[in-house]
Amino acid sequence: MKSILTTPLQVRGEVISIKRVGEYFQMAIAAPGIAERTRPGQFVALGIGGEGSSMLLRRAFSIYAADERGVFGGTIEILFAIQGAGTKWLAQLQTHSSVDVVGPLGTPFPIPATPTKALLIGGGYGAAPLFSLAELLRSRGCRVEMVLGAASGARLFGMVEGRRAATQLTLVTEDASIGLHGRVTDHLAEIVERSETELIYACGPMGMLQAISIFAEARSIPTQCLVEEEMACGIGVCMTCVLPVRGSDDIIRMTRACVSGPSFDGNKVIWDSIGSIPVGTYGSDIS
Amino acid sequence: MALKVVSRKSPEGNSSVDLRTSLGSLSLPSPILTASGCAGSGKELSAFFDLSKIGAVVTKSIMASPRSGRATPRMAETPSGMLNSIGLQGPGVEMFMNEDVPWLNQTGARIIVSIAGNSVEEFGRTAARVRRAGDIVSAIEVNISCPNVSNRGLVFACDPISASEVIAVVRRSVGSQFPIFAKLSPDVTDIVAIAKSCVAAGATGLAMINTLLGMVIDTKTMRPKVAGVTGGLSGPAIRPVGVRAVWQVHEAMPQIPIIGMGGIMNGVDAFEYILAGASAVSIGTATFHDPGAPMRIQNELSNILVERGFASLKEAIAHGHRSVDGSESVS
Repeated sequence: MKSILTTPLQVRGEVISIKRVGEYFQMAIAAPGIAERTRPGQFVALGIGGEGSSMLLRRAFSIYAADERGVFGGTIEILFAIQGAGTKWLAQLQTHSSVDVVGPLGTPFPIPATPTKALLIGGGYGAAPLFSLAELLRSRGCRVEMVLGAASGARLFGMVEGRRAATQLTLVTEDASIGLHGRVTDHLAEIVERSETELIYACGPMGMLQAISIFAEARSIPTQCLVEEEMACGIGVCMTCVLPVRGSDDIIRMTRACVSGPSFDGNKVIWDSIGSIPVGTYGSDIS
Repeated sequence: MALKVVSRKSPEGNSSVDLRTSLGSLSLPSPILTASGCAGSGKELSAFFDLSKIGAVVTKSIMASPRSGRATPRMAETPSGMLNSIGLQGPGVEMFMNEDVPWLNQTGARIIVSIAGNSVEEFGRTAARVRRAGDIVSAIEVNISCPNVSNRGLVFACDPISASEVIAVVRRSVGSQFPIFAKLSPDVTDIVAIAKSCVAAGATGLAMINTLLGMVIDTKTMRPKVAGVTGGLSGPAIRPVGVRAVWQVHEAMPQIPIIGMGGIMNGVDAFEYILAGASAVSIGTATFHDPGAPMRIQNELSNILVERGFASLKEAIAHGHRSVDGSESVS
């Protein structure tokens, strides 16, 4: 039975602030009741386009920050890039605009029971959920090393926040405009050895998550990967955000990212088969 | 006696209007149902409204065996609609009846189970298993029209003979009195002919419409947007097609109960289907947009019925077919 605190709410939120951060937008929304229930790794699903909108599908965003005691009551913050008509609509909202919010959704990141050396890896604005996670881990006595990577400096999010949240921060850009040159995975071996990483959390593009999972599995480091799957509803009814995941009974199932995730044990996800149905998947032998 | 103040926008709905409806022998307290495939088995939506307060929960189409569904991507947003290509992912009827239905039953919700099958025989077997639960299940919706199957020849609802074969087998499996509804596809030349053959084969009534077969090409990748290439189109974009189908079938068979659906987003849209001849309506894609939609639409519909001077839902059913002078038929 779910406790009341994990039951999602649907509320009429109010935009408290919206600002540009590099190539991204950071939006704070007063969403009574949602901030109070949020734990790191959860997300919100926003209604897009207002009443009578022709855009019917909700857009899901990781919760970057949740403040139970904001000036305007419980406030959540999200980070997004303009990728289509929906995020374009969101970006033009003003302070006091109304937005329909459902959340918190998804299963929070699992947190180790004992102090652990954790490495948090974020790609682009995918890094959003890592900062509240870092704070929680440190409050539990964990050592938190963070790596943030992006194609360019303008797409690197969280330099200031990462310095505050993590014990040590490494920045990586593909164009070498900030920090180390290359991709985060190019520097992973060195960082993991130096920091004696015992547990990895990663958020970002699927390719990055797959590379990190392969790397970590070879070193027997458990990895939690927060995936980005397209969702229509975010609450578990539409069955669009599924990916092949191996269960504890060793059976592969098409698993909903919105309910069972969005964070998965990296070596349980059948990364090569995303976009197909792997042979042997539960229920796949029926045509 | 105090005057009852009627709020035009009562968020709780208007309790002075009688929303009860009948679908053959099945009586429901409200005409608002969920649409198959848009509510799972009710569990997720129960966080947003009391499932026992709407007419019934129509569960996601269940098949005899577990089914993985199609690969991703499984959906694309379209103007005022969406294309889905899920492919009937589900746990199979045994697990569904042992776990999902008992859970739903303890909420107090009335349950209509949607079934699907690859063969006439599978429909019969699945229906028999559902019926074994007894009166926990109020009715069966027979999904003979899912567009997301690899063999278009298996869309039974595209052919009057195939459609009637499935309905006849389901009727034999559940006994002569149990309510069964044939879910029809609008992707046919003459939906009235299909509807008639389903009724002749023993359908209590009809549920319409299922999604329309559609396709979206991603112009960036220059490939089909969904992995299944084609998918089912739903949402307000298809509402006029649904209203037309309900209207035509009601006109041909005014005594046969119809569950209307296709793009209902609010109480006005539900009212439109009622006027066309639906005795109940299913809320589908709207639930993805607004998880509280079924309850909200029920409240909006009750307010509209009061505003338009109806004391009961039943008075409004098929009202659109009346001519201006109040007689029944409009041709």
